[in-house]
Amino acid sequence: MIYMLAVFAPLAGALVAGLLGRWIGDRAAMAASVLGMAVAAVCGPLAWAMLEWGGAPAGTIRIATWIQAGSFHVHWALRYDALSAVMVAMVGFVSMLIHVYSVGYMAHDSYRRYRFFAYLSLFTFAMLMLVTANNLLQLFFGWEGVGLCSYLLIGYWYDRPAACAAAIKAFVVNRIGDLAFAIGVAMLFLTFGSIGFTTIFAHLAQHQTERYHILGGSIRVYELIAILLFIGAMGKSAQLFLHVWLPDAMEGPTPVSALIHAATMVTAGVFLVARMSPLFDQAPAAMTLVAVIGGSTAFFAATIGCVQNDIKRVIAYSTCSQLGYMFLGEGVGAYPASIFHLLTHAFFKALLFLCAGSVIHAMSDEQDMRKMGGLWRKIPITYVTMWAGSLALGGVFPFAGYYSKDAILEAALAAHSAVGDYGFVMGILAAVMTGFYSWRLLLMTFHGKPRGDHHAMAHAHESPWVMTVPLMVLAVGALSAGFLLHGIVIGPHWQYFWRGTLVLAPGNQVMTAMDQLPGWAYVVPSIAGLLGIAIAYWFYWWNPMLPVRLASQFRPLYLFLLNKWYFDELYDALFVRPAFALGKLLWQTGDETIIDGVPNGLADLAVDGSRGAVKIQTGSIAVYAFTMLIGLVVLVGIFLIWG
Amino acid sequence: MNWALALPEIVLAACGLLILVIGVLRKSDSAQLCSMLTLGAFLVTGLLVLTRPGGIGYYGQFTVDSFAVLTKLLILIGAALSLMLSFDYNDRQGIARFEYPVLILFATVGMMGMVSASSLMTLYVALELQSLALYVLAAFARDELRSSEAGLKYFVLGALASGLLLYGISLVYGFSGTMDFGVLAHALGSPAQASAGLIVGVVFVIVGLAFKISAAPFHMWTPDVYEGSPTSVTVFLATAPKVAAMALLLRVMAEPFGHLLASWQLVIEVVSIASMVLGALAAIGQTNVKRLMAYSSIGHMGYALIGLAVGTPLGMRGVLVYLIVYIFMSAGTWACIIAMRRQGLAVEKIEDLSGLARTDPGLALAFAIFMFSMAGIPPLSGFFGKLYVFLAAVQSGLWTLAIIGVLTSVVGSYYYLRIVKVMYFDAPGPALDRRPSMLGFVAAVTGVFTLFFFLFPGPLVAAAGTAASALFG
Repeated sequence: MIYMLAVFAPLAGALVAGLLGRWIGDRAAMAASVLGMAVAAVCGPLAWAMLEWGGAPAGTIRIATWIQAGSFHVHWALRYDALSAVMVAMVGFVSMLIHVYSVGYMAHDSYRRYRFFAYLSLFTFAMLMLVTANNLLQLFFGWEGVGLCSYLLIGYWYDRPAACAAAIKAFVVNRIGDLAFAIGVAMLFLTFGSIGFTTIFAHLAQHQTERYHILGGSIRVYELIAILLFIGAMGKSAQLFLHVWLPDAMEGPTPVSALIHAATMVTAGVFLVARMSPLFDQAPAAMTLVAVIGGSTAFFAATIGCVQNDIKRVIAYSTCSQLGYMFLGEGVGAYPASIFHLLTHAFFKALLFLCAGSVIHAMSDEQDMRKMGGLWRKIPITYVTMWAGSLALGGVFPFAGYYSKDAILEAALAAHSAVGDYGFVMGILAAVMTGFYSWRLLLMTFHGKPRGDHHAMAHAHESPWVMTVPLMVLAVGALSAGFLLHGIVIGPHWQYFWRGTLVLAPGNQVMTAMDQLPGWAYVVPSIAGLLGIAIAYWFYWWNPMLPVRLASQFRPLYLFLLNKWYFDELYDALFVRPAFALGKLLWQTGDETIIDGVPNGLADLAVDGSRGAVKIQTGSIAVYAFTMLIGLVVLVGIFLIWG
Repeated sequence: MNWALALPEIVLAACGLLILVIGVLRKSDSAQLCSMLTLGAFLVTGLLVLTRPGGIGYYGQFTVDSFAVLTKLLILIGAALSLMLSFDYNDRQGIARFEYPVLILFATVGMMGMVSASSLMTLYVALELQSLALYVLAAFARDELRSSEAGLKYFVLGALASGLLLYGISLVYGFSGTMDFGVLAHALGSPAQASAGLIVGVVFVIVGLAFKISAAPFHMWTPDVYEGSPTSVTVFLATAPKVAAMALLLRVMAEPFGHLLASWQLVIEVVSIASMVLGALAAIGQTNVKRLMAYSSIGHMGYALIGLAVGTPLGMRGVLVYLIVYIFMSAGTWACIIAMRRQGLAVEKIEDLSGLARTDPGLALAFAIFMFSMAGIPPLSGFFGKLYVFLAAVQSGLWTLAIIGVLTSVVGSYYYLRIVKVMYFDAPGPALDRRPSMLGFVAAVTGVFTLFFFLFPGPLVAAAGTAASALFG
């Protein structure tokens, strides 16, 4: 009951705000939305606590029958197990803080705000449906729900062309992943005759050796399904090659960025892989792919984050990078570590985005860090909380990131495989850059001389309490979540905590092996983070001219990074322009010439025929009589020949 | 001999003579009186037709069966409707003379004889009685060049068609030795009897009758006569004689020549296709509403001929349903056209209708209903007319006819809908004159029939079915 309340309270809030908002006004709509989230934020953690420590039995809450078609049965149901419950608790709690923060952040927005809050709550509800799904179709419902809501929220300022373009981009790129995901689900149904998790996991042993033969090659069914599902996850979680939508999603209001990047949406891919862990364990090749993509993304996104100037974009790339860590962990089988990082990341990433929002708020909507500087005296609360967030992100003891990120890196090394070693190296490099760009952000924003225009600087002010309180709550979370939870979540008794929801392949000892690494392995990640921080101080504190010199000296590299490895340009040339060309071809040749041409031609023919028919109507009786006689002869001819 | 079989015709003809006498004796305003008396005579005749028993009389020359009853009623209704539409029009055009209703009456007598004919001789005599009256009617506005020209054209070409028909009859008689439908049917039952000469005779008969229903390529007179004749006469030409001639064609093809179906089927198909295509195409280029309706009627006869080409009772039923539907929507359309009068002068250009929806919404609505029905758009009656003939064609495997029929309906709907477009979307012109109540009445009655036919098609379709099966004895 509590669990259902946690899931459906946001929906109620969304419906009230969205459907009635026009009549009950913004304040009432906001109240309904925040109230729904508050209920969820209380009930979610409560349900989780009851499951873990209160002795409540795990199970499934069936709500209604959805589809009954032949052998295809799907129910609306809420899955109540350790993985779902912890996700519900985290999503509800973080999302509630973002809702509260939004009340302050959106106060000066020129649009009616009920729409924003309705979308926000609906977004949360869709994510909750996703994590509580008991079958893949309901998961897909939530999956598409977050996709839709992200589209609506990124394009919330629909009169800004950039926002609309970003919204469409997010939707289309996600669509690519969704296609693979949908095919994967269909193939699961083909293989197992069901898309319920329970049935699939129970029958995994039966189809071990089945293979598909395609294009002359052959591939194990499980590998193919796992890869397809992972492509779907790559789309949602913005992994390398399908990451292009994430930075552009910054066009939405900042709370939206926080929601997308912390609690909802991007974590869906990580969650999917964890949820399907029994299947992925049977697909070693797919696991390798997951690890390689994850490690590469961690490194790749971090390099771009080092040179971006937009405060939100820096954080956006850091999200991309951190998601790479999570997939790296999953790729080597350390699901608990990945989900643990997902949870801690939710806290400190939400915190960072909300802090960035607070800065932007203070700077009258300025987002370029080059026009900031020296803000720390004006917005001290934001400054302090942002420090907390950055320390957590940078992996400094005892902040949250220290525990979760290090766990992933240790697991990668403990896997004792080429992929694991690759992931470890990439992760360490990314950790250095993480420290660097985090402190680059801090130093450029809060320290140094004020570089903004005087008007904005003079007006810079601390945000109202409704925004700063969520910051402080999250800062506490960023400080303590790792410290408090790591023992039970990834400690020696991790299996008791997860209760069979995260399954490691038999023989995969990574969770124990990560505690038995040589000593240096435990300090290297921290040293890497601190090294990055030191470099940032050297560049931006003691030697502010150095970055400029480096940028001009290594200009090609700098431009390469600044332009995000030219992925957008590459995709534009490879896909977008050919698609437009094809569209134009179909439009001008296919539609206008052929499809319109045929009826137009027929119409012309009819007009010509009409002219001819009118022309023989001369008015002369002789012609008329002659026509009749010709007709007669023709008919007699027909009669005699064929009759 | 059961002479009473022809009682309705005898009564009607006697009334005609009486009205003629009255018309001659009363010098002034006799037209109005004679028209009313003619309507009364139609009514009495209609009642007689309904109530008299059937049978064959006059030594096999004259038949009264359910087919004859149905078509006679249709003819009377068509004649009555067109007479009602002529009252005001003839007055204003200065052609309100008592001969007008009398001529219509005698044409009607001829038509009733046609549908009852069961011998080639009766057929020809009745047809000529009808035709002669129509020739005179076409030239009724004798001071007007157009009308005289129309009458003359109609007469000359009609005489040609009449000659062809007569020649065909003589061939049939020469090769079979009889003119009686029943004997002919019996004789042609064995294929050996179907000599080439007789078959050629049949083609001549078909051509003679195709002229009367203005099927292509014997349609050439239609647009000129429709346009030139006084509109009241055109209304008459477009309704009752079409039914009579089509019914006659049905009976001739089904009864005496029914066994030769395989021989004449292709001929009827060709005529049907030619009519549909010409009706659809030629109408596109017209600017005159009356000419447009002439081509439209050619097309409609083409559709009706599909049912005849099928040659089964189902096909004949389709034709009869088509005729029932057609006579009402046609009368309604003409009621709207007759109402087109501006500052006392009759106008007949399509552009004269522009913006009618704003100046006279009632008339525009009625006109639009008839146009949609003519285009065959459900649920209006015109759709059902087409439906039953297409249905019969498809069931007999005559896909070509059905497909061409559908395609030409698409083309045809263009010019019907163009009228609707002109009325509803073009800038309004000067308002039309107030229309007399009789036009409104006719348009309303036929409009209601057209609009609500789909609610009660059962009894009418059943009656058509009974009549059609009467042909196949």
